[in-house]
Amino acid sequence: MSSFQLTIRPRKGWQALDLREIFLYRELLAFLVWRDVKIRYRQTLLGGLWAVLQPLIAMLIFTLIFNRLAGVRSDGPPYPLFAFAGLVPWTFFSAALSQSSNSLIGNQQLVSKVYFPRVFIPVGAVGGLLLDLLFSLCLLFILMVHYHWALSTKVLLLPLFMLAAFLAACGCGLILSSLNVSFRDIKYAVPFLIQMGIFLTPVIYPIRYIPARWQVLMGLNPMAGVVIGFRYCLLGSVASWAVMGLSVGISLSLFVFGLLIFRRMERHFADVI
Amino acid sequence: MRPILEIRHVSKQYRLGRAFARTETFREFLTRKLLSPLRALQGSRSEIGKPREQRFWALRDVSFDVLEGDVLGIIGRNGAGKSTLLKILSRITDPTEGTVTLRGRLASLLEVGTGFHAELTGRENIFLNGAILGMKRAEIISRFDEIVAFAEVEQFLDTPVKHYSSGMYVRLAFAVAAHLNPEILVVDEVLAVGDVAFQKKCLGKMSEVSRGGRTVLFVSHNMAAVENLCRRGIVLDRGSMVFAGGAKEAVRHYLNEVAGIEGRAGQVVDLEQARDRRSPLGKLLKRMEFYTCDDVPLSGGLPIGEQLKIRVHFELPRPTDRFDVGLGFSNAFGQRVFTAHSSFEPDRPHGQRMGAQVMLCDIPSLTLTPGNYSLRVWLDIGRTKADSIDDAARITLVPSDYYGTGKVPWNGAFVLKHRWYVEEATEERRKVNLPGAITQA
Repeated sequence: MSSFQLTIRPRKGWQALDLREIFLYRELLAFLVWRDVKIRYRQTLLGGLWAVLQPLIAMLIFTLIFNRLAGVRSDGPPYPLFAFAGLVPWTFFSAALSQSSNSLIGNQQLVSKVYFPRVFIPVGAVGGLLLDLLFSLCLLFILMVHYHWALSTKVLLLPLFMLAAFLAACGCGLILSSLNVSFRDIKYAVPFLIQMGIFLTPVIYPIRYIPARWQVLMGLNPMAGVVIGFRYCLLGSVASWAVMGLSVGISLSLFVFGLLIFRRMERHFADVI
Repeated sequence: MRPILEIRHVSKQYRLGRAFARTETFREFLTRKLLSPLRALQGSRSEIGKPREQRFWALRDVSFDVLEGDVLGIIGRNGAGKSTLLKILSRITDPTEGTVTLRGRLASLLEVGTGFHAELTGRENIFLNGAILGMKRAEIISRFDEIVAFAEVEQFLDTPVKHYSSGMYVRLAFAVAAHLNPEILVVDEVLAVGDVAFQKKCLGKMSEVSRGGRTVLFVSHNMAAVENLCRRGIVLDRGSMVFAGGAKEAVRHYLNEVAGIEGRAGQVVDLEQARDRRSPLGKLLKRMEFYTCDDVPLSGGLPIGEQLKIRVHFELPRPTDRFDVGLGFSNAFGQRVFTAHSSFEPDRPHGQRMGAQVMLCDIPSLTLTPGNYSLRVWLDIGRTKADSIDDAARITLVPSDYYGTGKVPWNGAFVLKHRWYVEEATEERRKVNLPGAITQA
């Protein structure tokens, strides 16, 4: 008999993440991410191209409508670059949100038939999109070459903002997916949230368009800091440290809060789903 | 030796509103949560207006131990709590009360093919499914060839499983699950899938696993398989454990006490109420009683090959020594498959009798195939059919491990003991048969 011992008892109240278990099942997380990547563009003509096509087309439309017609100006770099640098993390976030919030009910069979750390389902859905993020970053570099816009050493800070985007997406994904198990309202709310979110995030316009005393308020939106951070690291745009700092803090707390909520609700998933 | 699995006072309560009916909407949830402090302030008075939540216990205070190497069958009707128990053991859902202590890795095959993705190829699904069931990548790689060979899908490994036939799909799914290597294996109704040949293979794998000293919990409706594969058994009924013991005894208990409890032939059938009756000399047949071995009253289905005793109470209106009782068994198609008549009994005592009589028909082994049978009972006095009742009682034959192989003969009317031998195909034997002692029509 192995020394393995496990006691199953009713769980009550708030639970911390069982890191030992996460470590034990780490290969499964990799498999789930791999599965998501593998099937996302199966049986599509353009395949992985979709990952870059979405922000690219959005960038073209934004440039035409907001820049050319409405006269929105960037904060330095050419507007297409400016818009694209914002769209890269925003596209990641919005895709991650819509996929992870539906991940639990989309994997109903897994939830009700086998045990493994449930956290993997929404987090895996977000993880699978990191690859798309990298693809669109590559396209951004190509665009920068096209516009003769040089990269500075600030790019070394980029992983920090990628991490913030990842944490924010996971945090929201954890909360929304677990709520979605009981309340299918979430399924309808999320697309709307995403649609509105782009206007509440400085993707189309630079943050200086917002009156200085309200700018910090923008920091409550976790993606605001990420978008500003991406532009700062990649295009050398002005940094608004207060907004960025607040946003990163919010991302981190969203993630922790998301984990707690998720852990509290997960014990009922199999009964309710 | 400490048990590998200890289950102590495990209960599981479901809120009906939550598990089965419409789930509450977000607005209702918010209102409930926001108003709950207010309600607490107002005291219990506000509880009156609130609809009472329906709750029910899917499992109630279940305790048992499983020793290492035990093969335990879990039987019970649908909704008895079997699946809930397995879900708790495999940590899919929490118990409401009680604890479970596991001293070994547990893997469950609650449903084969869990996590299979139609768009992925057979090869990819083996890895994904293996990982979901708790296998390490290295483990999967080392057993990969075995899994593929068992599933017989070599040529289609790189085809998406959505193009698989359902048989191939199930074979592959079972193959992955069967090559798991946990200390405790939980199997639920796996045998209900696939064709007969594959079911046989699965049963073979199961007994191989259990002989290999692995601890197995096996849930099935196939009583023959439970008797054949398991050493011990527990019976669940309406959430409670009503029996624990040997597998054979558990199956018997289930069939007698649990399976047939609702309706059908009780142990005593009152013939006064019988409708389909011809009684030229009056209602002479009074009642019938059914027993199985050791004079245990029969209250459920009778396993194939078990003893059946039928006691018939009747009345003789005048003194006679020429009276006989007959029993006819007809199958679901209305075809008489067996007739028992007291005139077939050589040792039947003679002598004049009158008034209340009892005759017992003892069938040491009733070897009819599983199904429902209708009984006709009649009383002959002299040459007269004095009283006869059609469809006087019904009896259900249920599968058992009659042949000791776990195979249940469903076809035909009877099961009969018989043997098979493999003989050498020698020259002489072939010659003798050639001219045709038996000629084909």
